[in-house]
Amino acid sequence: MTCEELLKALNDYVDDETMVAVCQEFAEHLVGCNPCQVVVDNIRKTIRLYKDGEPYPVPPACAARMRDALREKWKAVYPQSTG
Amino acid sequence: MSLGKHLGWSVPPGWVGYTCPATLAFNLMNSPTSPLVDPDREIVRRAQAGDFPAFEALVERFQTRVYGLAFRMLGEPHDAEDVTQQTFLSLVEHLRDFREESAVAAWVLRIAANHALKLLRKRRGLPTVPLTDTSGTEEGYGDVPHPEFIAPWQDDPADLAERHEIRELIDRALADLDEKYRAVFVLRDVEGFSIQETADLLGISEANVKVRLLRARLTLRERLTRVLGDEAARVFPDHQHS
Repeated sequence: MTCEELLKALNDYVDDETMVAVCQEFAEHLVGCNPCQVVVDNIRKTIRLYKDGEPYPVPPACAARMRDALREKWKAVYPQSTG
Repeated sequence: MSLGKHLGWSVPPGWVGYTCPATLAFNLMNSPTSPLVDPDREIVRRAQAGDFPAFEALVERFQTRVYGLAFRMLGEPHDAEDVTQQTFLSLVEHLRDFREESAVAAWVLRIAANHALKLLRKRRGLPTVPLTDTSGTEEGYGDVPHPEFIAPWQDDPADLAERHEIRELIDRALADLDEKYRAVFVLRDVEGFSIQETADLLGISEANVKVRLLRARLTLRERLTRVLGDEAARVFPDHQHS
């Protein structure tokens, strides 16, 4: 595989190594290429770091302002509502 | 990793491209867009009937996630606050339009993503929408940056995520990404939208989503690995670029 072909297969392989036919060839390349194995692992860990990281809490002042704004909007859109 | 492999199942010989049923089912049930198992539908139905406390419960359920999506896409807390408020105001207005074709989470996050993208475009001050490829041209893999610093990470992401300085590192790395790559990474890898959904949200082709996603992943990988990688275990590619 050329580098461009490797890079093209990299995304799909990172996402699901069993899914795409071209991943078969990429998987074969990985067997003999430790740097590429490390890159794949790095990318998977990068994604996990962002995906599983601590949430960003909504600042309390923002949450309070938003509650007030939503209450007003709700009254306008649902004038007969409960609550 | 395939769930089946994790459970010790093997792919039948010659079944290239096979995805085991367990993985399919797991992905279907846990995707943010899956309508199959959606605990939020009852809350939405009550809100649609005019129950404001139910709507407040919906806000409570999603505001952190919406704020997180907006903050990652925009990089500015005040902009993230604006998008969060706009998202839930939109929900009030369009609550009765939700017809349960998708999971509630996907619907809410899609609205949030659209508001975040509008703000990104407004920031650029351009009448057109440069995040989209109005020219219809496909972006190529030819100039995607090749990995340079290649080394295994010394720590597991689960341990890294708890460290304050790592949070600053990953926030800065994401904020420094070009907006069009950042948007794809946040929508696809962080929020779990599919390639097709990401393409629809951004108004670009699926092929361009994949190229931008690769750029984002490789850029972030490079940046983070230079800090988190084990220098002593650094490796170098042994194949020539072609």
